[in-house]
Amino acid sequence: MFWTVTLSLLQGMGELLKIFFLTLLFSLPLGLVIAFALRSRCKPVSWLFNIIVWIIRGTPLMLQLIIIFYGPGKWFDNNIWGYFSDGRMAACVIAFVINYACYFAVIYKGGIESVPVGQREAGQVLGMTKSQIFFKVTLLQMVKRIVPPMSNEIITLVKDTSLARIIAIMELTKMGESFIKSKGITWPLFYTGVFYLALVGILTLLFNYIERKLSYFK
Amino acid sequence: MAILDVQHIEKHFGDTPVLKDISFSLEEGQALSIIGSSGSGKTTLLRCLNFLETPDNGVISVRGETLFDANDPDTKRESDIRKKRLHFGMVFQSFNLFPQYTALENVTLARQLMAKTEKTGESMESILAEGKALLERMGLSDRMENYPHQLSGGQQQRVAIARALAMKPDILCFDEPTSALDPELTGEVLKVIRGLALQHTTMIIVTHEMAFARDVADQVIFMDGGVIVEQGPARDVIDNPQQERTRHFLARYSQQ
Repeated sequence: MFWTVTLSLLQGMGELLKIFFLTLLFSLPLGLVIAFALRSRCKPVSWLFNIIVWIIRGTPLMLQLIIIFYGPGKWFDNNIWGYFSDGRMAACVIAFVINYACYFAVIYKGGIESVPVGQREAGQVLGMTKSQIFFKVTLLQMVKRIVPPMSNEIITLVKDTSLARIIAIMELTKMGESFIKSKGITWPLFYTGVFYLALVGILTLLFNYIERKLSYFK
Repeated sequence: MAILDVQHIEKHFGDTPVLKDISFSLEEGQALSIIGSSGSGKTTLLRCLNFLETPDNGVISVRGETLFDANDPDTKRESDIRKKRLHFGMVFQSFNLFPQYTALENVTLARQLMAKTEKTGESMESILAEGKALLERMGLSDRMENYPHQLSGGQQQRVAIARALAMKPDILCFDEPTSALDPELTGEVLKVIRGLALQHTTMIIVTHEMAFARDVADQVIFMDGGVIVEQGPARDVIDNPQQERTRHFLARYSQQ
């Protein structure tokens, strides 16, 4: 029984990792674009994105999952997600990407603003271009400052993947829970905790490593 | 001909006038000191010269070339401003060294980037050698591989001076270079600037060190309330001021 459960949970872990990595892959760069939009000098653009960020951060991710997955079929009579698990996964990843990009955007924005103006000015008077100033001067200082809040957010993402069950994705928690109905046993549900802890443990080591790597300057 | 000619510069922050009709010129190889109390517009003037602020009015020319003319939109193009800035070097009050680079990297970064983008044909080795020579001149030969946070304030400011010199500016500007330093560290920075003056580096130094301005500068400008109250040879202005406001300012300084 233990091996059957372990195998199932590993499958659930597979779905979890799929959501986790796809979300990071798209939301990390998208967040930067939104961060620039939030800081845009063009007022309508910054307002629009402030409202979007307010809505996305102000409503539960679970609700956003439901709307994105069921919305098109219910309101437009057009179930763009199809009836297979790939469609569910696509809807899930899109909801996660939008949600996390907004959180990342706010962290990036804080990071950008926390780099003293003098750094940019020093680059300017040395004749650097805007992109040189961003990539060669500001970026690494910004990265150093955002590592702690980003590690929080990314660890939260690991556990938020369990919300995907609401659109019937067989992720880790749903897998563990399924044994209650099918076999009448509850221990697999608690056993899922081991998997979460292992992944978060690895991430914690990774973030500590990055922080150490960036500790050579202040 | 004067290396720098500034005519009728005006600058407002919102409704507050910060610079009112500022005109002066500077000869090549001379050092000009700008003195005056906080809020008199000294720093804003330097920032205008370095295109960190855009004057509302006036003309700035270097070696007879008009770099900025408030009435000529052609002189305000962003792409040209980057190159025009290189006529001026800037040493900030708060150093503004790049924390993630070593002293030597701070000095060479901009030159290396420029060699890459503008294809100046300069080799990385020669830029590096020049950077090392500059740091040696600043008395920092044993500090080249240190990061800014491992250096004292005085050492950081000397790296910042080397960094500005690396771009070979026509005119080197100092914005209160010793104001952020502990008193015992100001000496080493002033010594370096004095050395530059002896080698006839063209400089504009905003400073509160009156004795230093008197000894090192050829010309002194006293500013108050956004206008130039008095300008002339350093010893004349500081030892024998003609204007009541200058006398008042200097008297307050000598009391401290």
